[in-house]
Amino acid sequence: MNATNLSGLRVAITGGTSGLGLALVRELLARGARVAFVARHEDDVERVAREQHGAIGIVGDVSRKEEIHPIAIQVLGRLGGLDVLINNASSLGPVPLAPLADTECEDLEAALATNLLGPFRLTKALLGSLTASARDGRHPLVINISSDAAVNAYATWGAYGASKAALHHLSRIWCEELAAEGVRVVSVDPGDMDTPLHALAVPDADRSTLKKPETAAREIAALIAA
Amino acid sequence: MIAAHVPVQRAPDARLLVLDEHGVMSHHTRAEFLDFVRRGDAVVANDAATLPASLFGIHAPTGRAIEVRLAARRSLLPGDVRRFSAVDFRTPTEHRALPPPMQAGDSLRLGPLTASVTRVLAHPRFVDLRFENRAGDIWSGLARHGRPIQYAYVQAPLAIWDTWTRIASQPVAFEAPSAGFILDWASIRSIRDRGACFATVTHAAGISSTGDEALDALLPFDEPYHIPASTAALIEASKRNGGRVMAIGTTVVRALEHAANGDGTITAGFGIATQRIGPATRLRAVDAIVSGTHEKGTSHYELLRAFQDDVALRAMAREAEARGYRTHEFGDSVLLVKRARS
Repeated sequence: MNATNLSGLRVAITGGTSGLGLALVRELLARGARVAFVARHEDDVERVAREQHGAIGIVGDVSRKEEIHPIAIQVLGRLGGLDVLINNASSLGPVPLAPLADTECEDLEAALATNLLGPFRLTKALLGSLTASARDGRHPLVINISSDAAVNAYATWGAYGASKAALHHLSRIWCEELAAEGVRVVSVDPGDMDTPLHALAVPDADRSTLKKPETAAREIAALIAA
Repeated sequence: MIAAHVPVQRAPDARLLVLDEHGVMSHHTRAEFLDFVRRGDAVVANDAATLPASLFGIHAPTGRAIEVRLAARRSLLPGDVRRFSAVDFRTPTEHRALPPPMQAGDSLRLGPLTASVTRVLAHPRFVDLRFENRAGDIWSGLARHGRPIQYAYVQAPLAIWDTWTRIASQPVAFEAPSAGFILDWASIRSIRDRGACFATVTHAAGISSTGDEALDALLPFDEPYHIPASTAALIEASKRNGGRVMAIGTTVVRALEHAANGDGTITAGFGIATQRIGPATRLRAVDAIVSGTHEKGTSHYELLRAFQDDVALRAMAREAEARGYRTHEFGDSVLLVKRARS
């Protein structure tokens, strides 16, 4: 593993205390990036901040409108700017998964709040910093974590799939619009991973067939370095 | 004039009063400021995001409730976040007793934050504070407990997002660099489409009013700023090709003029603007300013006197009054071009 190729890069990751988010915190720190991560539960944030030397932990819930600016203030205040935003925090919708006809409206709203509105609001709040990074010649990047459920119609994945499809399309439009400002926005499908979110969705999955989140984190780090 | 009382940053009916280089006045919609941007110009805005700098809490020695308004910081560095200057505050509409007098060594409990008064500055209500918490806890305490500084003329409680411009970046301003509300991403694109360039400075805009005459006489406080190398380069290129520098807001003028060299070039990097700008100032970098409307006697008004003479400014004030221009940070705008020297 190349341990230094992201030296000095300022990165924020949402959903950074488990699964892919935690693997990204580790991977990007190991490559020399300065990493701030966001998660909802204070205990988890403190544990990860303790275990991952140098990681900056921020308690916040991206699905809540009034928490977006407090999160942004802490990210920017503590990193002194931002080059890469990874919108990784995700909500599955109804647990256990359910057909759309049996999905409560509130569960769909919760999935949209975390998977679509949260990334939209946080990107918007941090866009001033990302464009400042571009004016400094640092090639800022927003990575929205997507899923093959954003493209394929899987029964019972309606809330999650629809919200990720919207995020995927939002990413493409934003990338078009922000090209002039020097900010790239990409949607990345990391594949089916052995994470707590997958275990909630498919409790009886054969975990040996699932991708390790560390592998996906390495791929995303390579994308950032490219 | 009419105080703007609704926190709408981009009121669709906002207006723009223009005073050109000959002192000639004209009225426009605010969006038409783009028509005054020419090929080769550099439009420079302050991209500071606004801290929620109003902290409610308890003055420990007396047990009385106080509101502390953070007003200045010596540094823009992320880790150097312990020391601030602040004023203690009461709202003018409530006619409460003055806040308890503060003395060096007093402890303040401000929600999750603890601060101590390290010294009283040039006024009994103007002090230096030191937060006793760790840097990370200070940032989270400010972000979660702080509220935007709010004046009585805006009735609805301000949310943080009401105080952030579209381009808001580092959270170092104590009040919104409100002239920047004129910009959105489409207008920035339009600036470039006109063959002009867009650049930013980050300037820690301090509070503009304290409600206390003696304290207001000390404004503006010293304000740290950062000018990116790319901004200095764009301004230099623009000047070389006969373009003008249009500052979006008084803070941009203060930063650029502080960093300006005799030949109009700008020194990039960190600095602290300590100067006052007024009628005697010879502007070296900035050729035009977009600003809110400002009342006579304020430091912002004094700054406008560097662009235009008193006769023109008085005529502008009368015209704004007569036509009902809305004052303050969520109101209407003015564009002043530096008066041509005959």
